[in-house]
Formats: sequence, C-alpha cells, structure tokens
Amino acid sequence: MAKHATPLLDQLESGPWPSFVSDIKQEAEVRAKNEKGVEYQIPVDVCDDLLGVLELSFKHGRTHWKHGGIVGVFGYGGGVIGRYCDQPEMFPGVAHFHTIRISQPAGKYYNTKFLNQLCDLWDFRGSGLTNMHGSTGDVVLIGTQTPQLEEIFYELTHNMGQDLGGSGSNLRTPSDCIGSSRCEYACYDTQNLCHTLTMEYQDELHRPAFPYKFKFKFDGCPNGCVASIARSDMSFIGTWRDDIRVDQEAVAGYVGGELVPNGGAHASRDWGAFDIQEEIIDLCPTGCMRYEGGKLEINNRECTRCMHCINAMPRALRIGLDRGCSILVGAKAPILDGAQMGSLLVPFVKVEEPYDEIKEVIEAIWDWWMEEAKNRERLGELIKRQGFQKMLKACNIEPVIQHVQEPRHNPYIFWNEDEVEGGWDRDVNEFRKHHLR
Amino acid sequence: MEFDEAKKMIVEKLEKKAKTKTKFYFNDLAKILDMKPRLAKKLVTKMVEEGVLEYWSSGSTSMYGLKGAGKQAGAEGE
Ligand code: SF4
Ligand code: SF4
Repeated sequence: MAKHATPLLDQLESGPWPSFVSDIKQEAEVRAKNEKGVEYQIPVDVCDDLLGVLELSFKHGRTHWKHGGIVGVFGYGGGVIGRYCDQPEMFPGVAHFHTIRISQPAGKYYNTKFLNQLCDLWDFRGSGLTNMHGSTGDVVLIGTQTPQLEEIFYELTHNMGQDLGGSGSNLRTPSDCIGSSRCEYACYDTQNLCHTLTMEYQDELHRPAFPYKFKFKFDGCPNGCVASIARSDMSFIGTWRDDIRVDQEAVAGYVGGELVPNGGAHASRDWGAFDIQEEIIDLCPTGCMRYEGGKLEINNRECTRCMHCINAMPRALRIGLDRGCSILVGAKAPILDGAQMGSLLVPFVKVEEPYDEIKEVIEAIWDWWMEEAKNRERLGELIKRQGFQKMLKACNIEPVIQHVQEPRHNPYIFWNEDEVEGGWDRDVNEFRKHHLR
Repeated sequence: MEFDEAKKMIVEKLEKKAKTKTKFYFNDLAKILDMKPRLAKKLVTKMVEEGVLEYWSSGSTSMYGLKGAGKQAGAEGE
C-alpha cells in the first residue's frame, strides 16, 4: 500500500508514454523492500514523500518547494542546488531534497563500473533517483539532505575521480558531442577541446562571479548534436574552409541504387527510388549544386556547410580537409526577450592545442560581459542591449561580411570621432566665413 | 589592494546594510572594492575560503553574504 494516495499522479501513468510517476513508484518499492540491505542515510520513504508532495502541489495548483540556500560543499559556489519542502511535517522524507550536479565526462563516455559506483553511492546517501542527463549535460542526482553533501563530495572526488558540475552564476558544465571518437563528420576533436577548457576554467566553473549562468557547448559539425547554436552562450561548431570531397563513383552508386541514402536511417519504410535531383540538388539551401551528365558539381564558395548533402550521401560526399570551428555567441532560452539563437562571432578558427586563439576570444567576451552586464543578464541580452558592434570592439574583432545579417536598409551611418579624418574639431571662424549665423 | 583592507571594506559595508539586505551579487562586491570583476574575484574568493563570506545560490543565480547572516534556506522574500 502506498504511503500517500496519489490519484492525480496516477493519471499521469495512463498515457502511452513512459511516466516519471511509475519510475518514482518503482524506486519507492525497491527502497521499501531493500533487498540489497542498504543502510539508507536518508529516510527510506523519501520517494513516497516525494510523490505525496507532488500530489499536494497538483491539488493546490502551486508548488510546495522552496529553492535555494547556502547548501553546498566547502569552497564550491555551485554544483548543489538547495531545495526544501514547505510541508516538512507532512512529508519528512523530503524536508530537504537537494539536487547534486555531477560533471559528465566529455562525450558522456562511462564504464559500467563507474555507473554502478555512482548508483550505489546515491542509493546509500540519496533518494536513488537520477536524471541522466540534465539539459546542460550533467548527471543530476535528485534529492538528498544537507549532512550528506560533504560525504558524497568526498566519495566522488577521492574514490571516483569525479567532480561536481556547475550551477548558479558560474560557467556551467561544458558539454560536447561524441565527435571524432565515433563520428566521421567531426571537424575537430570536440572531446579534447571540451575537456581542456573544463580543466582550464575550473575557477569559473566552481566559484560564481559572473552576472549569470554561462554555457559552452561543442558540436563537431553543423549537424549540431548538442544543439550548441540554440543552447549555449558560446557555441563551437565544426566547419571547414576548403571544398567538400566528392567521390563521383559513389555518387553513381547512390543514383544507381547500390548504396542506401542517409546511411540507411530511413530504411524502415519504402520511400521509392533515390532521386538525386529532388532529394539533394533541389534541397540544397543555397542552390549551389548541379548534377549533369552523371557528374555532381558543387560551387563551394556558396555552400553554407548545412550538411544536408553529406548526411544523405555519406559515402560520396565528405567534409573538407582544412577544418576548424566557427564560434557563435548569445544563444539562450526564453525568460527575457524570448529565445535567441547564437550569432556568428568568429567565422573560422583552427582548433589546435593549446587552443590559445580560442581562449583569447573567450576571455575577451567574459571581460566585457562581467563589466557591462546587469545582474542576471545573459550574454545574448547584453549583445542586444549594447549592440553587436560593441562586442566586436571589446573582442578586438574586425567586422566582416559574415557578421552582417542583412543588407542595411537605413541610410544613417554612425561615425566615431576617430574614424573621421581630422576628428570633430573645426575652425569656427573659418566655417562662419562661408556660413552665416 | 591588500587583502585585509579589502576584507575590512566589504565587512563594513555589508554590516551597514545588514538590516535591509543580506545577500549581494558579485558585482555589488566588486563595486564596493571599486575593482575590475576579475581582480575582485581573487579577493572575494579568499574571503569565502576564510569563512568571512558565504555563497548563497538559488540554483540559477549565486549571491554572497556575510557568513551566517540572513536566511540560510530558501525564502520567499520574507
Ligand atoms: S555534431 Fe556532427 S560531428 Fe558531432 S556527433 Fe553530431 S554529426 Fe557527428
Ligand atoms: S552542405 Fe548544404 S549548402 Fe553545402 S552543398 Fe551540401 S546541401 Fe548545399
């Protein structure tokens, strides 16, 4: 018999989708049975009380959580998010119910030993409930009490070689796609860059001094598997400067039907014979491709590296060889001014260790943002408020054509004094000779 | 600026405001010290290490306060 009746939550289990309610109930049952004989350090019925407080919130139409607090581990300003229940007597199991963010490894590669260790630790000192992964990328451990925090942190750092992730006004845990470890589209080593910058900017990750959160994400190519362009204040997207490599024989293979398009990704249904004109040439967003006389041609100057043709015919078309990344800035989710995608700041930079050129851009952006931003103002909002031009100046980057979104339709041109020969000063007497007052 | 001097400035200012306000943004502290944020951070971090200041976090934003001052847990502007 469940500890609390939860008719409203039960309804959430009735749809066709997997339900978090079923998951929590399952964990509640496992804890109650305790077949492994775990010496639970927080109340055994934490999951039952979680269901109870949720049910009450549905009934009242408002939350019974209080967020925030000084909870954390010593020396760290992030990684733990305090949460308390405002009905602790009714639901003692979740009187404190803090979240811990665990910095995920680059590319999210784990071994099962690590995952087992992590889950054992969390069964022992937490609720057993996890979220793999939160939207920033961390492993999220949901629900523990204050006295457990230092214990968990010690175990993680000393016995598992594992750090906490970012939260609050920090650099958030950087996250990347699997990159060249498994993907032939990768234009740079996302894991190396992600890991290197994570180590380099430990202070920014753990000691909050930013106006608000700041996110890095690394996509190895414009396919954007971690959606960096939409989800990070600074997004690093792999690209190339030279030409797409074309294997005309393989093109013929696709046209002749010997090779399955899209690596067979759509093979579960018969979509009819592959039509290169209709499916590739006509869908190229820049109209820079031609297929004539059995030969595929690409006007690479016009190509925007959208990846469509390469995704569809991976055996025939491959990314160029002169590779690097583009850096975009200012993406964010709604709250203020609505959602924003990143704007292109650096069209191309080589991604080579020790990544000094990239670090220079990052630090220039931080200096500008830390000085100019209001409290709780994201980079994207500051760019909007002060203008893209101001940011370019702060980063010492010359405006280039790629920074221009559309041709100007306003004839007004603003000049700074130093851009005008002779400055603003003029000889008024000389001027008055020709212009009466 | 010397650390002790900075600490004195911060503690004095924060104590003066303690009746109305106990949590401060990092930028407020940098302003008290009249320093560029990245330099101020070194001193402020040291004050946390020494237990003069402590972090407060809502999860999305972080603030600083004198150790033990004001609400410790989540509060609703009370
Ligand atoms: S973003 Fe590109 S390189 Fe990275 S995993 Fe996805 S397709 Fe591969
Ligand atoms: S990558 Fe996109 S823009 Fe470039 S040639 Fe292929 S389809 Fe066209």
